[in-house]
Amino acid sequence: MSLMLSVHDLTMHYRIRKGDVSAVDHVSFDLAKGQSLGLVGESGCGKTSVAFTLMRLLPDNGVIKDGYVMIDGKDIVAMDYTDLLKMRWRKIAMVFQAAMNALNPVHTVGQQIAEAMELHLPNLNPAQMRERIAILFELVGLEPTLMDRYPHEFSGGMRQRAVIAMALSCSPDIIIADEPTTALDVIVQDRILKRIRELQRELNMAMIYISHDIAVIAEVSDRIGVMYAGRMAEMADATDIFAHPSHPYTYALMGAFPSIKGKRRDLKTLPGEPPDLLDPPPGCRFHPRCPYATDVCREKQPDFMPVDGVMRSDLTQGHYVACWHPLKGVTL
Amino acid sequence: MTTQAAYTDGTLVRVEGLKKHFPVGGGIFHRTKSHIYAVDDVNFAIQKGKSLGLVGESGCGKTTTGKMLTRLHDPTGGHIYLNDTELGQVDLAEVKGAQLKTFRRRVQMIFQDPYESLNPRRTIYDTVVEPLAVQGIGDLVEREERVANLLDLVGLTPADTFMFRFPHELSGGQRQRVAIARALVIDPAFIVADEPTSMLDVSIRIGVMQLMQELAEQFGVSYLYITHDLAVARYMCQDIAVMYLGKLVEMAETEELLAHPLHPYTQALISAVPIPDPRLQRETIDIKGGIAQPIDPPAHCRFYDRCPFADNFCRDNAHPPLEDKGDGHMVACYKV
Repeated sequence: MSLMLSVHDLTMHYRIRKGDVSAVDHVSFDLAKGQSLGLVGESGCGKTSVAFTLMRLLPDNGVIKDGYVMIDGKDIVAMDYTDLLKMRWRKIAMVFQAAMNALNPVHTVGQQIAEAMELHLPNLNPAQMRERIAILFELVGLEPTLMDRYPHEFSGGMRQRAVIAMALSCSPDIIIADEPTTALDVIVQDRILKRIRELQRELNMAMIYISHDIAVIAEVSDRIGVMYAGRMAEMADATDIFAHPSHPYTYALMGAFPSIKGKRRDLKTLPGEPPDLLDPPPGCRFHPRCPYATDVCREKQPDFMPVDGVMRSDLTQGHYVACWHPLKGVTL
Repeated sequence: MTTQAAYTDGTLVRVEGLKKHFPVGGGIFHRTKSHIYAVDDVNFAIQKGKSLGLVGESGCGKTTTGKMLTRLHDPTGGHIYLNDTELGQVDLAEVKGAQLKTFRRRVQMIFQDPYESLNPRRTIYDTVVEPLAVQGIGDLVEREERVANLLDLVGLTPADTFMFRFPHELSGGQRQRVAIARALVIDPAFIVADEPTSMLDVSIRIGVMQLMQELAEQFGVSYLYITHDLAVARYMCQDIAVMYLGKLVEMAETEELLAHPLHPYTQALISAVPIPDPRLQRETIDIKGGIAQPIDPPAHCRFYDRCPFADNFCRDNAHPPLEDKGDGHMVACYKV
């Protein structure tokens, strides 16, 4: 498998008046061609901040403190701005949550997709461009004639499809989807999820799918990364992480998630709330809520280590956990 | 059915033929031509101490139904009978004056967004004590005791450290606990909870759900639990009613409904819910098209345009009535 994306020790802070918010802290992962990684965690865990850092779409007070993001042997973090613009859309594109504000209300949907292509695919003439948009529309399941319509004429599900078409417009190698179905009703969500997964497989793209919903993540991911308070707590193949959750937080998150299938099991609560990242707790950031916490957890940050002890050349395979006392052989 | 007969079986709330039609278009100089049939001829009952989950997609009329039960909307037609120890048997659609005030004490609402439903300029104490003040219950000392007691019960302990804080000092989960305390402080019999946990994170959500269940038992309250999330309804409610474009299409005991959905819409809805386990496969039953708005809908079944089983009979007849298909499993479909 060829490596598409390599993220190592990525650390990003938001500077605010009261100090630095440690939003992303030494996060590492790798992505192979055609692989989909689901990033899951609660609000404020840093999953969206990771996405924005990868695209360098950070606000002025977002500062990358450490780490690298390698795409095609080039480091996004160190790159100057003109080179970065060439990478965006062509190499790495983002599907935003299609609230009304992801699309400009005064331009037709087709014009907005053309805008991205004009910049990155300058050789296309207008007729070729329309043809390409028509193909994109069909790919995402929209009638091509709709390209001359305005966003307000689209339903929520159609807008989300248009935003996906836009992200695919320059044939990126890597696509980041940030909660693309969160605002949608369940039947529409199901259709879009299926289409995203099919497209990702057909086009053999690498995908990072971000959601707070572990059920959605389970459906679209080959690998799953669980984030907590700015750090990667656990990462493994989807079936593996559900069969053998190692981090107590992963276990708690799964235990707290209701399902309509299977036996109705009792849901488990997780006491406390996520920490304030202006002043994160020392040691493992989960220790104040962890039932297994000991002195070492309160003092030293656990390394992100393979559960079987076998070090690999990259993080596209294997089961990794950042915990001093990883769970063994537990199931839900 | 006479209203007397309805009350012998432990029913707390009985909704009969409930309707809410909103005018659209119109204006000062134009006569209103069309109506949105937001809620159209809805019937259900909630037993004392039990909770009913009202489930459906956005725009199906579930929130409008909840707002009519708390009289935040006046119904266009129909009856809401409440069988209450204090109020006696009353039709909520028609209560007025002093009775309406008593009714406001017996029926409470918990809203979705705890960031919007609490006044940012008031302390937690002010917010929770207000219903007691409005209803003129107790003196100052008793009220303070009652508020402290409630804050303890909802897990905001120690109560005296929370009482004089402002909402912005609390997290989302804590705010929703304040909203629950406010709803319970005047001993209601019935609470309409409109997506009370959908804004909360997973690890916080379960705590609030469990709290609501514990308090329901302790206070003997029933909920009408409005949610778009079937999995949440499964954990909160004994019965589930599924709503589609202003109509109830199916209603049954929770596990029965999830295991054996009969209405094609319920089947599609259940099959579309993602499962938090990649080892389980699911079959999707897809239905055509998307949700429309029920503006002056045709007489035939509301689901006709999207239904994979619809035929001429469905087209030529009125929307099917909600009928018992055995063991209290109610379905509104000619094809079942």
